[in-house]
Amino acid sequence: MIMTKLLEIRNLKTYFKTPEGISKAVDGVSFSIERGETFVIVGESGCGKSLTALSIMQLVPEPYGYIAGGDILFDGRNIIPLSEPEKRKIRGDRVSMIFQEPMTSLNPVFTVGEQIIEAITLHQGKTRSEAKTLAIEMLEKVKLPSPEALVNDYPHRLSGGMRQRVMIAMALSCRPDVLIADEPTTALDVTIQEEILKLIEELKEELKSSVLLITHNMALVRRYAARVAVMYAGKIVEQAAAKTLFENPLHPYTVKLLSAIPGAAKRGKPLDTIPGAVPSPTDFPEGCRFSGRCHKEMTGCASIEPLLAEREAGHLAACHLHDTEFMKKDFAIPLKRESIEREEKYRPQAKKDKRTLVEIKGLKTYFPIKKGILKKTVGHVRAVDNIDLSIKKGQTLALVGESGCGKTTAGKTILKLIESSGGEILFDGKDITRLSGKDLLRYRRLMQIIFQDPYSSLNPRMKAGDIIEEGLKSLKPGMNKNERASIVVKTLGMVGLGPEAVDRFPHEFSGGQRQRIGIARAIAVEPEFLICDEATSSLDVSVQAQILNLLKAIQREFSLSFLFITHDLAIVEYMADEVAVMFEGKIVEKGTVEKIFSNPEHPYTKKLLASVPRIE
Amino acid sequence: MARYIIRRLLYAIPIIIGVNILTGILFFYVNTPDDMARKILGEKNVTAEAIEGWKREHGYDLPFAINSGEDGVEKITQTILFQKSVPLLWFDFGTSDRENVDIKEEISRRIWPSFAVALPTFTIGILASLVFSMLVAFMRGTYLDAWGVVACVVMMSISTLFYIIGGQYFFGKLLKLFPVSGYDTGIHSLKFLILPVVIGVISSIGGGVRFYRTVFLEELGKDYVKTARAKGLSEAVVLFKHVMKNAMIPVLTNVVVSIPFLFYGSLIMESFFSIPGLGSFTINAINAQDFAIVRAMVYLGSILYIIGLVMTDISYTLVDPRIRFE
Amino acid sequence: MPIILATDFIVYLLFIGALFFVSLAIKRQGKAFDVLRRIKGNRLAALSTIALVAYGLIAFCDSVRWRDAITDEKGVVQKTEYGKTIFNPEPLSILDRVFIKKREEVEKTFSAPLADTLFVKETIELPDGPTIRDYPPLKYPGTHLLGTDKVGGDVFFAALKGIRTGVVIGAGTTVVMIPFAILFGVLAGYYGKWIDDIIQYTYTTLSSIPGVLLIVAFMLIFGTEGYQGGIVTDKDLALSIFVLNERLFWLCVIMGITSWTDLCRLIRGETLKLRELEYVQAGRAFGSSGLAIIWRHIVPNVTHLVLITMVLQFSGLVLAEAILSYIGIGVGAETGSWGNMINNARLELSREPSVWWSLAGAFVFMFCLVLPANIFADAVRDALDPKFRGK
Repeated sequence: MIMTKLLEIRNLKTYFKTPEGISKAVDGVSFSIERGETFVIVGESGCGKSLTALSIMQLVPEPYGYIAGGDILFDGRNIIPLSEPEKRKIRGDRVSMIFQEPMTSLNPVFTVGEQIIEAITLHQGKTRSEAKTLAIEMLEKVKLPSPEALVNDYPHRLSGGMRQRVMIAMALSCRPDVLIADEPTTALDVTIQEEILKLIEELKEELKSSVLLITHNMALVRRYAARVAVMYAGKIVEQAAAKTLFENPLHPYTVKLLSAIPGAAKRGKPLDTIPGAVPSPTDFPEGCRFSGRCHKEMTGCASIEPLLAEREAGHLAACHLHDTEFMKKDFAIPLKRESIEREEKYRPQAKKDKRTLVEIKGLKTYFPIKKGILKKTVGHVRAVDNIDLSIKKGQTLALVGESGCGKTTAGKTILKLIESSGGEILFDGKDITRLSGKDLLRYRRLMQIIFQDPYSSLNPRMKAGDIIEEGLKSLKPGMNKNERASIVVKTLGMVGLGPEAVDRFPHEFSGGQRQRIGIARAIAVEPEFLICDEATSSLDVSVQAQILNLLKAIQREFSLSFLFITHDLAIVEYMADEVAVMFEGKIVEKGTVEKIFSNPEHPYTKKLLASVPRIE
Repeated sequence: MARYIIRRLLYAIPIIIGVNILTGILFFYVNTPDDMARKILGEKNVTAEAIEGWKREHGYDLPFAINSGEDGVEKITQTILFQKSVPLLWFDFGTSDRENVDIKEEISRRIWPSFAVALPTFTIGILASLVFSMLVAFMRGTYLDAWGVVACVVMMSISTLFYIIGGQYFFGKLLKLFPVSGYDTGIHSLKFLILPVVIGVISSIGGGVRFYRTVFLEELGKDYVKTARAKGLSEAVVLFKHVMKNAMIPVLTNVVVSIPFLFYGSLIMESFFSIPGLGSFTINAINAQDFAIVRAMVYLGSILYIIGLVMTDISYTLVDPRIRFE
Repeated sequence: MPIILATDFIVYLLFIGALFFVSLAIKRQGKAFDVLRRIKGNRLAALSTIALVAYGLIAFCDSVRWRDAITDEKGVVQKTEYGKTIFNPEPLSILDRVFIKKREEVEKTFSAPLADTLFVKETIELPDGPTIRDYPPLKYPGTHLLGTDKVGGDVFFAALKGIRTGVVIGAGTTVVMIPFAILFGVLAGYYGKWIDDIIQYTYTTLSSIPGVLLIVAFMLIFGTEGYQGGIVTDKDLALSIFVLNERLFWLCVIMGITSWTDLCRLIRGETLKLRELEYVQAGRAFGSSGLAIIWRHIVPNVTHLVLITMVLQFSGLVLAEAILSYIGIGVGAETGSWGNMINNARLELSREPSVWWSLAGAFVFMFCLVLPANIFADAVRDALDPKFRGK
């Protein structure tokens, strides 16, 4: 029996008009999806994967974006030349899409039921009451509680996970042939992620749809995909069955991407990183777009573009390495990439010191709830509820938990950015809980923090040099301007940036570079304790690897203690010595990483470990 | 929700008291009753007795804030500040400085002409602005949008005075379509209202369309619009159903707060068109330097503004389910 | 003998500010450069900028003034018995001197633009006896581009003199208002609690009083005395060259004091958001004092709001001057202003046949300042407002 291709994309090109020129965001992408399969497109930010999805939906943002070439065949029929009313018939009915941000993707002024009913009545010609019944049925299918009541609720009453379920219900209400999911779980908690993806899989089976999943998370790919396409700089560079991709990646980019992911097996070694940066979509090089960064690059790679072709059965790669014809030529000589192959050896570790640097006893942070006309305090939100932690010198304690568990609040309380409501914070044996003013200033120098968002953690109006200098001005008042300036340059060097960065503004740097500036800011004052609050969560995998390597290096050199706040268990396995699991303000379990990961005791810990998809 | 409203009203009380005291100080302390008397009685050779007499007549013969001559509560109540401010709380505005007119009565008479001009201007103005701005938002990216925006900016840059004077000249004098100014009661007032209303609407359309257009465009950039489009809805439905309801929230802030001022009357309009409303009442008082009236109008304006704020809050709860179910 | 009015200072400040802005733009630094880029790409905005610069230059020329010494027919400088030079009591600005002829070539009364005769018939005695009623010829026929007003002054020149008033009001009010708005807005937003309560109470109370009436109140009480133009008497002078008690100046101050509330609210809102941002937290982790954080992190990140508000309000203020003059509490009848021209001209329109050129002149000049100001303001806002920026 011939399997008709449900969705076939041929050489799709979607471009943007920008002041800097034409941005070739999607530049010749071809793949196909069969009935009933889950196809995943994976890639780092800016590779063009989301735009590919929007192009399939014919929702390319106008007026700057446009489809510049290629065909999109749905069930054999090219949908690009169709009229707008014809496209609308397909949209939402045969092909539907769910987006990344469930909190803002639903219309806040219409009920949940209204929004689902609208989709049904639009495409299926049912009456309102029929549609309502169907809507309730869909809400049940997505496992939402009390669907008959929920159908009349407004979106703001629901959590992020619940809203995403509503989105799924809405998208599947017309039983589309293809469901496109663009990073559907990136904004959700880890345990919820698992549930949502499982749900999509189940419904896919039941409704006999296909799923096109867009993500940047390689671990998800492993668990949920039938076939995978890896995108880089607007093109697909490798495509294969999921298992094959992980066991035998062909394209050097895929190889590096997989080796950049942290995990238990890589403990003690630096992660593999990719030097350089992604080329700008307005200015792609002539040859292979990965040239300049590739560890297997050959002399001809920079000028000849590799085509995506089948190298092994069902396994396509766009790389000259696997092109036997190319390899016979004289420009197939590997380039010496000393700088890339250089082993990032860790600097020698400072003298071992086993004392406890930071100890937290019974820490509480409560926020009052005010109700009523006169705003009386009726109760408290127990964000941090009686926690005990201890961190030894030179060690990393990971604090894991989902959003709302209080880990960020705990970090800020320890740093005395938020008033604690009880308990003790001991630094090197000294109780600093009630210190303030000048006394506290001495300890402030020893405890610093690195934040998550490279975009909001630096003052856009300050030069990088001034940003790093700020701490010195306040915490090392003895220094004069010249002394500070030389420390700034030295610190920039430590994080891998040159002295020319001093006069540049944040917007002139990439996300990874901004994180480096954030790290430089924190270590310039020579702290002993560093809180990393989701410091790599907003970064691409390859950039994250660089930052983790950097953090590890400075830890070893300066014997820093880290409190690593994260939800990413792979990082915990890789970086941390001890881990504490937090849930609803309390620490439910803590211990060494080995113990917790191999033998978790608390049910929440078990649930957490089970939900996180991992590569190994 | 009732608690929310009560809290807003309670907060309004210290504001009203503050306005009272501030205007009291401005009008009756910095500008002394002696000066007022002199201005009103005429500059030339006013005798001290005449001043005292005038002051006694109008209740200004007391000390300003503290009366040391009295005991107990009277220390405060027998003062200008108290006597002139507290009655305002129950809308007893007293009498005017110049002619001993009962201000409250005058105000209640003049409210209606003001309202008769303001209400149609307001409703037609908003409807017109909304309709045009929706059209322009729907046509965004096309020439209609670009020219529409330019037209708005041009119209906004023309002074209201020009619209009035030009309108009066063109329609009244040249074309002789409408009477240039004046007023009458009952049905006959219609012919006097048409011109001020038309001109009022035209002078406000520029700003209105631009503002509403911005609101619509901002909503169009939001995520739920992407979802609506992905469902297969047409642009028209997306704009007029999904965006419209959300856009109402910022639109309401703008609109509802002005509703109480429908009674207040536009100073300029009424003056140019000789409408015997509260606006012309105020302007005449300003020209005559009759502070009792000006102060009363200021106070009235504040009350109306505060009412407007509370009404805006209430209207939010009607349109935004997030607030309704707080 | 130079004479410097209080409002001249405002014009000088505006000039220096504009030069500073341009220098930043040329050096490709920060916001100024963003604005410049935006304007370069948009022809309409570029034209508007040119118009604004032209008006600015005229206002500047009208703000540098000095008195001439009185000389007799032989050109000898007149002195008092004590040897002090006697000066003409009325200072003339550069603009006055450039247009000195327009200033002095006065007719008797109304005349139409570019006309040869007066607009009003008079009884003229012919050289050979009989008297007729006809339009008498002008002293300077065909030179009055916009005709003459009731007292025969050239309307074009009068409109030109109004430019400075408009520019001063637009700029001066914002200069007065900005420090208040920033100070209170930032303090309220950053420190919160009782400081926030007091400031919020203050601006809610102030803003619930109808703006016009508040200005009226202040002007009636404070502003009606004061220099309005023309002859400078000794009592106006301080340190023999400064005139500080100037009505236009007080008008700007009062309008500034009554209009800071909107910007203050905006800044307070923005400060609340900024306070929670991570780089502010980092500053606190360094133990920086509140004031240091405000100065380093908060204020630089609210300047875009200030700039946007400044340019957006400019045109509204120019229009407001006309209305205030109409009510009678504007700049004062002796100062050259479009509001005054409109006020006077209103009655002229109802004459038969109507005298329309004074009105037209005022409106055209005002329109040609307000429209470019609005377009420029939009360009600034598009360049600086993060909501509008980028795709």
